[in-house]
Amino acid sequence: MSTKTETGAANRRLGEDLLVATDLQKHFPIRRGLLQRQVGAVQAVDGLTFTVKRGETLSLVGESGCGKTTTGRLLTRLIEPTGGTITLDGRDITHLSSGAMRPLRRDIQMIFQDPYGSLNPRHTVGAIIGAPFRLQKVKTEHGVKRAVQDLLELVGLSPEHYNRYPHEFSGGQRQRIGIARTLALRPKVIVADEPVSALDVSIQAQVVNLMEDLQNEFDLTYVMIAHDLSVVRHVSDRVAVMYLGKIMEIADRTSLYERPMHPYTVALLSAVPIPDTSRRDNRERIRLTGDVPSPINPPSGCRFHTRCWKAQDLCKTTEPPLVELSAGHQAACHFPENTTKLTIDPTGAAGSAA
Amino acid sequence: MTAPPEVTGSAADADPEAALQGMPKKAIQGRSLGQIAWLRLKRDKVAIAGAIVIALLILVAIAALLLDRVFDVVHPNEFHQDLIDTQNGTLAPLGTFGGMSGAHPLGIEPVNGRDILARIFAGSWISLLIATLATVLSVIIGTTMGIIAGFFGGWVDTLISRLMDVFLAFPLLVFAMALVGVLPDTAFGLSPEMVRIGLLIFIIGFFNWPYIGRIVRGQTLSLREREFVDAARSLGARGPYILFRELLPNLVAPILVYATLLIPTNILFESALSFLGVGINAPTATWGGMLSDASRFYTMPHFMLWPGLAIFVTVLAFNLFGDGLRDALDPRAR
Ligand SMILES: Nc1ncnc2c1ncn2[C@@H]1O[C@H](COP(=O)(O)OP(=O)(O)OP(=O)(O)O)[C@@H](O)[C@H]1O
Ligand code: SF4
Ligand SMILES: [Mg+2]
Repeated sequence: MSTKTETGAANRRLGEDLLVATDLQKHFPIRRGLLQRQVGAVQAVDGLTFTVKRGETLSLVGESGCGKTTTGRLLTRLIEPTGGTITLDGRDITHLSSGAMRPLRRDIQMIFQDPYGSLNPRHTVGAIIGAPFRLQKVKTEHGVKRAVQDLLELVGLSPEHYNRYPHEFSGGQRQRIGIARTLALRPKVIVADEPVSALDVSIQAQVVNLMEDLQNEFDLTYVMIAHDLSVVRHVSDRVAVMYLGKIMEIADRTSLYERPMHPYTVALLSAVPIPDTSRRDNRERIRLTGDVPSPINPPSGCRFHTRCWKAQDLCKTTEPPLVELSAGHQAACHFPENTTKLTIDPTGAAGSAA
Repeated sequence: MTAPPEVTGSAADADPEAALQGMPKKAIQGRSLGQIAWLRLKRDKVAIAGAIVIALLILVAIAALLLDRVFDVVHPNEFHQDLIDTQNGTLAPLGTFGGMSGAHPLGIEPVNGRDILARIFAGSWISLLIATLATVLSVIIGTTMGIIAGFFGGWVDTLISRLMDVFLAFPLLVFAMALVGVLPDTAFGLSPEMVRIGLLIFIIGFFNWPYIGRIVRGQTLSLREREFVDAARSLGARGPYILFRELLPNLVAPILVYATLLIPTNILFESALSFLGVGINAPTATWGGMLSDASRFYTMPHFMLWPGLAIFVTVLAFNLFGDGLRDALDPRAR
């Protein structure tokens, strides 16, 4: 896996806010009984605030069920937010009707989590990748077929695959087909929902590299979803760590991987194998005990307190706000790690309670 | 599920076609799931046997319908009283095995001596016609209702699901007997026979749609959650596009399978109605009617054997073919 080259990042027009989420919420109502009365809600996403800058890759990382896919579906307006706002390129799309949203869909596209489920088994590759042109009534210079074949080549498939069906391809190839479909409309932002987690480890790097190449070629902005910090380490510009529908920590890549402030991030990082052997000794493995609590009835105060080794009484009663603790580094914790360059040793704190 | 190792390079093809070993692998044109299903079906000997029996039955039924006299030899309603034993008062056919002979290969009926083979042939078109058209009616109503329920969900789904429950709880047999009793024999300028056939198609077809409806609803519900539907929506697809382009092509296979499996059920139902005397009126031959006649002559089992066998073989053939079709189309066995 190649590390993102400094020149590649510098060439892109970093800066402007392209996609902004403010206090974004999605609660799925739970209905019971004959009258379908609402008896509760799954608080899948519960107040996310972040910005995605033009040309950058923001990664959303968290355990299964923390609301990553829901966030992606909110950003692409496949579902309607319960609260908060979404701004795409300066335009508020929070509650746009599907008709008003249709032309804007060219700007924001999504790569789906399951390469087996995201392609209609009854359609040919040509029909699948050609669908964006037909649905958005995009004129192509040499016809849709040529455009589809160009896209196939772009993602490393053969143009001869045009008449084939999804079941004739491997997982990695299917994900390439999905990527080609999102590229058809030349979007500004691509929300990639765990694009490689369903793939063999040996293929993951190929697909990630392809996505990086495409980003450089087309000035794409990525919201990259992953459940594991190691997968996105090399492709992210910034990383947001999610837990139970909330952002726990958001920071520049280097800052987050080298000076994690939130205990949850520290725990996730300690589970990541460290390639650098000299550092392996002074970092202890923190095992997260217990299950992720239900998003139907999340813990009071800090949502992480049921599993946090630093938790104190304050954590159970008062929710810590997401605040900037150093330049470009926000965390939501009463007792963050790595805040000052003093002698506080994070592993010492971790070791004493683990 | 782990993905198979990816082969890079332009000429390398994915090979998830393990089911098709021995088939030429390199083909520029991709094979659709339908083509693969056909290749698999072709190798399922039991299903093919079922299909052949069905094809023969259809030929016989068409011939019997068009020729009136079966193969121009004997008429199904022609009496052969000269072959009946009137001396002993049993009115049984003369000769052995129910009067089997070259002229009457399956023997003749007691009392009036009608040719059994001719009546079986003549009964085939009524059975197949009623069962097939009733199935078509069920499929049309069931698919429409099932898709609407599954696609729109919410109170529409609740309403249609309850409606299906009501239909399934309906005392159909009793209703059919009552309805046939009160309706006039002729209507719309049709012959009594045609009116009765139409009525049977309506009763059987109209009340069986929930079986198809439930399956289609369930399939639609699960398809609706698949990511390719989200993918279409994220490209700006509207409801009708999703319904007709994304969902319906995936529903064709299950509808086809359950339609094939509904036909034998309908054949049995039609036979039961004829057996109970609310089917097609005498003297028109039906398999159920023949069984009903035979039940009065239990000392002459051959009379009951042949129509029973006809029903049995037909139902079995449809079921075997339907099962084979389901296996061939099952995406899990891909
Ligand atoms: N349509 C829905 N109706 C009700 N609950 C839902 C719905 N979609 C998601 N949820 C719930 O919301 C929570 C977050 O789901 P989401 O799919 O966003 O998680 P995720 O982070 O993508 O997990 P994974 O890594 O497993 O994909 C889960 O508890 C899930 O059960
Ligand atoms: S606020 Fe308390 S419980 Fe939450 S992460 Fe920080 S220390 Fe742990
Ligand atoms: Mg997900």
